[in-house]
Amino acid sequence: MADQKASTSIEAVESGLAAQGYIASRQIATAVYLSQQIEKPILVEGPAGVGKTELAKAIAAWRGMKMIRLQCYEGLDEAKALYEWKYAKQLLYTQILKDKLGEVLGGAQTLHAALDQLHDFGDVFFSKEFVEPRPLLQALEQPGGCVLLIDEIDKSDAEFESLLLEILSDFQVTIPELGTVSAISPPTVILTSNSERDLGDALKRRCLHLHIGFPEQRLEERIVESRVPGISQTLRRQMVGFIHEIRSLDLKKLPSVSETIDWARVLVLLQASELDTEIVKDTLNVLLKYEADIEAAAPQVTTFIAKAARSNVFG
Amino acid sequence: MRENLHRFFRAARGVGVHVSPAESIDAMRAVAQVGVSDRAILRDALLLTLAKSQDEKLALGDCFDLFFSQPEPRQDRPESVDQDASQEADQAPSSDAASDAGSGSPQQELGPLAQMLLSQDRNTIAAAIASASGAASLSDIRYSTQRGIFSSRILDAMGLQRLRDDLDELTATNPALAERLRAALDALREAVRDTVSQGLALYAREEAENLRNEILRNAPLARIERRQVAEMRALIRQIARRLRERYSKPRKRQRRGHLDVRRTLRRNAAWGGVPFLTAWKRKHRDRPKIVALCDVSGSVAQVSDFFLLLIHSLHEVVDDVRSFAFSSHLIEVSEILESKSPEEAMSEIMSKVGFGSSDYGSSLVDFEREFMSTLTPQTTVIVLGDARSNNLDPRADILRRISDRSKRLVWLNPEERLAWGFGDSEMPRYATFCSVVRQCATAQQLERAVSDIVATYQ
Repeated sequence: MADQKASTSIEAVESGLAAQGYIASRQIATAVYLSQQIEKPILVEGPAGVGKTELAKAIAAWRGMKMIRLQCYEGLDEAKALYEWKYAKQLLYTQILKDKLGEVLGGAQTLHAALDQLHDFGDVFFSKEFVEPRPLLQALEQPGGCVLLIDEIDKSDAEFESLLLEILSDFQVTIPELGTVSAISPPTVILTSNSERDLGDALKRRCLHLHIGFPEQRLEERIVESRVPGISQTLRRQMVGFIHEIRSLDLKKLPSVSETIDWARVLVLLQASELDTEIVKDTLNVLLKYEADIEAAAPQVTTFIAKAARSNVFG
Repeated sequence: MRENLHRFFRAARGVGVHVSPAESIDAMRAVAQVGVSDRAILRDALLLTLAKSQDEKLALGDCFDLFFSQPEPRQDRPESVDQDASQEADQAPSSDAASDAGSGSPQQELGPLAQMLLSQDRNTIAAAIASASGAASLSDIRYSTQRGIFSSRILDAMGLQRLRDDLDELTATNPALAERLRAALDALREAVRDTVSQGLALYAREEAENLRNEILRNAPLARIERRQVAEMRALIRQIARRLRERYSKPRKRQRRGHLDVRRTLRRNAAWGGVPFLTAWKRKHRDRPKIVALCDVSGSVAQVSDFFLLLIHSLHEVVDDVRSFAFSSHLIEVSEILESKSPEEAMSEIMSKVGFGSSDYGSSLVDFEREFMSTLTPQTTVIVLGDARSNNLDPRADILRRISDRSKRLVWLNPEERLAWGFGDSEMPRYATFCSVVRQCATAQQLERAVSDIVATYQ
């Protein structure tokens, strides 16, 4: 019974994401389903441009939740990711309230008594009023839950990872002056990484680890179909086949899904009906981002087109 | 199912996937959610929760496939023939039928194993093998030499003794049935052997690999056998990867608690000097700068391969590396190492300067003439070589000047300490100008040496 339910809900995830224009493989759908069920963040790894960030956007759109994005970079710290005190506001308020303070403390005869009275007053200036919530805190405070995207976590420093641990495992943060803030409803957390550096074990342990590679030919065709509806079936097949051939080369930067989609758009704009050497050579710079790569691929273009066309006949 | 999952976790640890108790709990929860009926989904769920990198995913995927592929008890063919035979025998309405009817009563007295084998229910037999291998704690198997003992333990746990008695008895009373039983027993032995082999592949891989790597790490590089060269290369690459992971990203180190008064005042000028924003003192760290000189002459030909491989990996770890190779003269090889794959780079370097007879003196002269300006007070100079200069002038004075200009001079020598200074070895003379001299004959020593060098910059 439970098994049946699981596989139908995984299919539901798949079709839900598909409705947002995100064609997910079975593995991705399973990851999304599981992260929801056992309330764990997903750590998505893979080459640039395979749709790691898109996945978060698609989930947010599908569930109708707000997406909060935290872009990581070297030097990102608590003050920019979690919360910050509004210093200027604090300062301004102390100036404005100066007279008021004088009144409150007016009765006190000694310094000691004044201090006591101040203590009774409480920590006015370190209350929620003066906290500027940054993405992580915002995510916890969303009443209806949200999708929290922590993008390119590998770009941040190792210290920042440790900062995330509390949020990832318990969905709460501790602010020394205020105490612990727990999530109103636990957000769906997606972390993405380009494997620029190895992440700590503690962080990995708290996440479901999902690796998105280059998609299979069929899947990629479906992705192109959903993203670039104007393209003809023959051309779609040919271009995806061609890109799969290109990926077998030893290049500096292999073309990924985002490049496939861009290229499809370009081909549609140029009103190409099928691939030929000329048009491919003219538009190769859409696919390949390094001069050396283009030089390496250019001599192979004709062969690849032929191969792609042949596989098209049999496919 | 829980028992099976626990065994799977052990197997996963065997292939090098780190499965902590917390992860196993997560995996259990995930499995409880998705159920076990769809194997593809189960596989995805386990990969998601247990594996933490692409390499681990591949390893774990293979492990999953191996683990959940039951070795088929290879009985079907001979037995189907047997069955046909017995059916044919059944159709013949003579004494055979009587013997079949007669066999009904002795079967009652047979042991459970014999009955199970005769009933030819493959699922029951597979289940019995599985539970017996549990009882014999098959998951403790470590070495291939243990295969025999585990097979016999499993068979004992299944009740082989009783079966033997039954067989003896049957041979006397019912030879035909005994024959069938014997054939079934052979098939059973085979199935058990397969199970044990599978167990070995699942649970013992890590142990065997560790043992082999351990031996390889401590083997002298100069005496590596040809068949081990590929493994050695893989090992060096592994070392390089470890170095890269440990040192590639410089960590910021703050000296917390030491206020930088000047910067704090400057930052807070807007608030009339009231220190809202504090600035803390930072430790100043040198960026690693390494100059590597690698001997590729005939006397160290065996080892220089590995030296070059390691220098190649240094280029990936440290931004500022310049490397030079020499035998009778010296050339810069930084560019070759940076632009090519290790194998290509090594063969190109070897064809340019390799295999000659070494002349440390003139190589040092080459270095002083052209590249002395690359040395700064932050540079660590590494020399890899045996310091055997064929009785030519060693020019230790140049090495002294190199040492004066640089932060540290490290000499890594593949020869044993005993041999230093004997024959044409100039090691003692050079050693006086080196900050560190290390013997570096095995992969492990190589790793330690390089790790120390990189660590001084952290």
